[in-house]
Amino acid sequence: MSAITMRELTKVYPNGVRALDALDLEIADGEFFALLGPSGCGKTTLLRTIAGLETASGGRVHIGERDVTALPPGRRDVAMVFQDYALFPHMTVQDNIAYPLRIKKVDRRARADKAAETADELGLGALLQRRPGQLSGGQQQRVALARAMACHPQVFLLDEPLSNLDARLRLEARTFLKRLQRELGVTTVFVTHDQAEALALADRIAVMEGGRIRQVGTPTEVFRRPANTFVAGFIGSTPMNLVDAEVRDGELVVAGTRLPVPEGVQVTDGEKLTYGVRPEYLDHTAEPASGGLRGRVVVVENLGSFSLVSLDLQPADAPAGDTPGTSVQVVVPEGREPAPGDTGWVVPRPGRSLLYRDGELVTPTATPAVPAARTAAGAEQ
Amino acid sequence: MSTATRTAPARTDRPAPGAAPVAVRHVLSRIGRYVFLCAVLGFFALPLLWLATAPFDETPTITASLPRFTLDNFRALLDNPYALSSLLNSVYLAAGTAVLVVTFAALAAYALSRVRVPGRDALLYGLLLLSSIVTGTATMVPLFELAFRLNLIDSRLGVILILSGGLLPAAIFILKDFMDATPTSYEESARVFGASPLQIMRHIVVPVVRPGLATVGVWAVANVWGNFLVPFLLLRGPEKAPAAVIMYTLYTEGGQADLRLLSTFSLLYSLPVALMFVFVSSRYGFRFHGGIKR
Amino acid sequence: MAPVTSPPDQAVKGRRRATGAAPDAAGLGRARATGFLVPGMVLILLFLVVPAAWTIYLGVTNYRLTGLAAANPEVVGLDNYTRALTDERFRSSLVLTLQFVLGSAVIGQAGLGFAIAYALRDRRGPLRRLVEGFVLLSWILPSSVVAFLWIALLDRDGGTLNALLGIPGTAWLLDHPMLSIIVFNTWRGTAFSMMLYAAALENVPRSHLETARLAGAGTWQQLRDVVFPRIRGHVLTNLLLISLWTFNDFAPFLITAGGPEQRSEILPVYVYKVALSGGELGFGAAISFVMLLINLVIALVYLRMLGRRKETA
Repeated sequence: MSAITMRELTKVYPNGVRALDALDLEIADGEFFALLGPSGCGKTTLLRTIAGLETASGGRVHIGERDVTALPPGRRDVAMVFQDYALFPHMTVQDNIAYPLRIKKVDRRARADKAAETADELGLGALLQRRPGQLSGGQQQRVALARAMACHPQVFLLDEPLSNLDARLRLEARTFLKRLQRELGVTTVFVTHDQAEALALADRIAVMEGGRIRQVGTPTEVFRRPANTFVAGFIGSTPMNLVDAEVRDGELVVAGTRLPVPEGVQVTDGEKLTYGVRPEYLDHTAEPASGGLRGRVVVVENLGSFSLVSLDLQPADAPAGDTPGTSVQVVVPEGREPAPGDTGWVVPRPGRSLLYRDGELVTPTATPAVPAARTAAGAEQ
Repeated sequence: MSTATRTAPARTDRPAPGAAPVAVRHVLSRIGRYVFLCAVLGFFALPLLWLATAPFDETPTITASLPRFTLDNFRALLDNPYALSSLLNSVYLAAGTAVLVVTFAALAAYALSRVRVPGRDALLYGLLLLSSIVTGTATMVPLFELAFRLNLIDSRLGVILILSGGLLPAAIFILKDFMDATPTSYEESARVFGASPLQIMRHIVVPVVRPGLATVGVWAVANVWGNFLVPFLLLRGPEKAPAAVIMYTLYTEGGQADLRLLSTFSLLYSLPVALMFVFVSSRYGFRFHGGIKR
Repeated sequence: MAPVTSPPDQAVKGRRRATGAAPDAAGLGRARATGFLVPGMVLILLFLVVPAAWTIYLGVTNYRLTGLAAANPEVVGLDNYTRALTDERFRSSLVLTLQFVLGSAVIGQAGLGFAIAYALRDRRGPLRRLVEGFVLLSWILPSSVVAFLWIALLDRDGGTLNALLGIPGTAWLLDHPMLSIIVFNTWRGTAFSMMLYAAALENVPRSHLETARLAGAGTWQQLRDVVFPRIRGHVLTNLLLISLWTFNDFAPFLITAGGPEQRSEILPVYVYKVALSGGELGFGAAISFVMLLINLVIALVYLRMLGRRKETA
């Protein structure tokens, strides 16, 4: 079990596409680490570069104490579970699980024992003689995990581990995966495009875009304090409200409403900033509220225990019927939903709103007490 | 869709009692279809009748007729010095070519599918174009010349090499399709576990693409089994000639053809391809592969 | 590593995997990949490329199989070609080949193949299997066997056909050699067209046909307005491929050997007779080259079409 360290890691494809752009990243020993980003952000390339399936164009990769940059994949002591699981269709479950041992020239007997043992741990004991084609999606995934576990690697690499499962199974597999990782304690890196999956599973998340890392942090950190507007828009099942703001007389003017500048932020008069607040951190009231943004309710989406309400902001001084085109979304608890067409006010909770200058976060950390990160590596912030 | 809009008014204009003629037309078209299919069946079955009856007829004539059943005719095969040996020659040519084509095509297709070879698409299309225009018939003169210079006249190896050269481009093309459809994650997975390239070939790639290899092998055998021109051009004596050539000499050379021999030999020579066809179509379903024959 | 954020301004748009870039999944490496390619390429080079090139060279010599010119072939320039173009036998052979391709491939195989596929399109069960089985059987049997079957069928005295029609003594192969080999080749090759059209017809959405039928379209209208527009690509592919194959078909040699009096002497048979029976290798090569050119034209049209279809797809 080992930490993974990447320094100035760069990958340029022969056609000139720069998939990784001088990345620096440290993944701690035993950590469950997510690489998150939209498709084409370089997350899979990064995973494949750690595995050795892609050769880095520049920079170094260390696993533990070893510099593995130039090593072939088979000598890096990593195991990878592919998005499609890559179970060999012509081999039984047992032969699939034992395959890494066959390569390591473990004798047939020991191989079969080890395969049976690993399969038992994952509840696959009864399926040893089946072929992958006869298994359900969830079983296939567990066989792939068993195959990865069988050779006791230092690092697990998982490419989109849940994407091939249907929605209901996915939740079950998510819990299973998290528990398995906790029990094994092996450094595990996984790639996902689903922010909910990353938040739920990972100890820490690296959010990537265009071959670069835009933020690294615990799920709490990236959720509460996205380091830039890209992360803010990407994380969260409902993206953060990002509204244009202007500094006037030492105050923020957001859609015609004056709000105080958060503590510790240096601003100059006339400066344009972006004001961000999550729908979950806004309160909706039907009565005028001080420090609230006024708007007209346009859409109410019922999401079960809460509703997502969209409002078109209408500054108090603007003529009626004039919509300036800025809208915000707010989470309203069950039973308190307004009706479309109503006028309402949304009030940001104290300490939850963030300011971005040129897309980068300027609100300092101190204001809300972020719960201490759980992992050793979380101490960096 | 345009049909619907254009012809729709015609239907609504039609008076309601029009239903009866429609039914009549329907019945007529059904009858027409059956008559047509029976005619087709007759046309395709008629020439084959003789092959089914003559071998078992005590006194086979050139006319197909209900046989007075006997198996004696098959003794004629043993009496002819070249009949059975020519079938062995055919097996030899077909097997040799199939092995060569499958092996070389699989290697080339794998390299073309998995490794960036500069200009590989152009290469592949060029080869395919070449193999479709450079047919045995169009190049029999230089092929004969070439075989003569390379000392391959009257050599079965020469026939195998020439046939393989002609079949390879299409075989590579078919197999590359198979390889392209196989996810690279199988190989990558094995590679992460430390398998060497040759281990990956042996453990993973060959078993996974086996249906493709079988397809190409069967296709090559079918091609060589029926090929007449190349062995006819290159092989001189009847000792090395395959069944295709011996069959031809049986009915063109030496006066009255021995119909006992001819009929039983035809049947025996046809049987392997027919069986292979039945096997392939029942096992894999006769999937349509552009020009699988020829 | 506190601010692990990179400025967004230089962020490059990266795709997950570059299109067309096949990763070397098994870690084969360039050298081994080249090694994999070599044996196949050598065979192709030797037995496809070299003969094609050689045809061009031989075509401008007076090379013969035996005699003086066999030892010392001379370059005679375009003499072979001018001789061919003025040769009555070559021109009539070209016309016969055209008749053969048009009659047996375009009209016979494609027409009959489509008709069978259309008649069988929504049928399952024994009748379909029986018809398809016989059509395919005539395609897969060795050519020297089927050639004899047709000789037997068309025989003047004991032929099954004459016996059935009750007209003994009709010498089909002598009186109608071209018709005989055209019908023979239609019988022989229809399977390919039938299968191709059967596959194509399965791609015609049932709902389109039903829409047309609801609108009152007859069979002919359905074919013209619904079926044909959907399978146009298949029709072109089919016509080009079977034309190419039929143009190069040597099987008629097995039945008529070009006779009687060269009345069924299509180009492949002509080349064989001139070059290998007659020994005029140089002249034969010139004719071969003309054939190669015609093949090239057909194949190029086909490839261009394939390319265009891929672009629009």
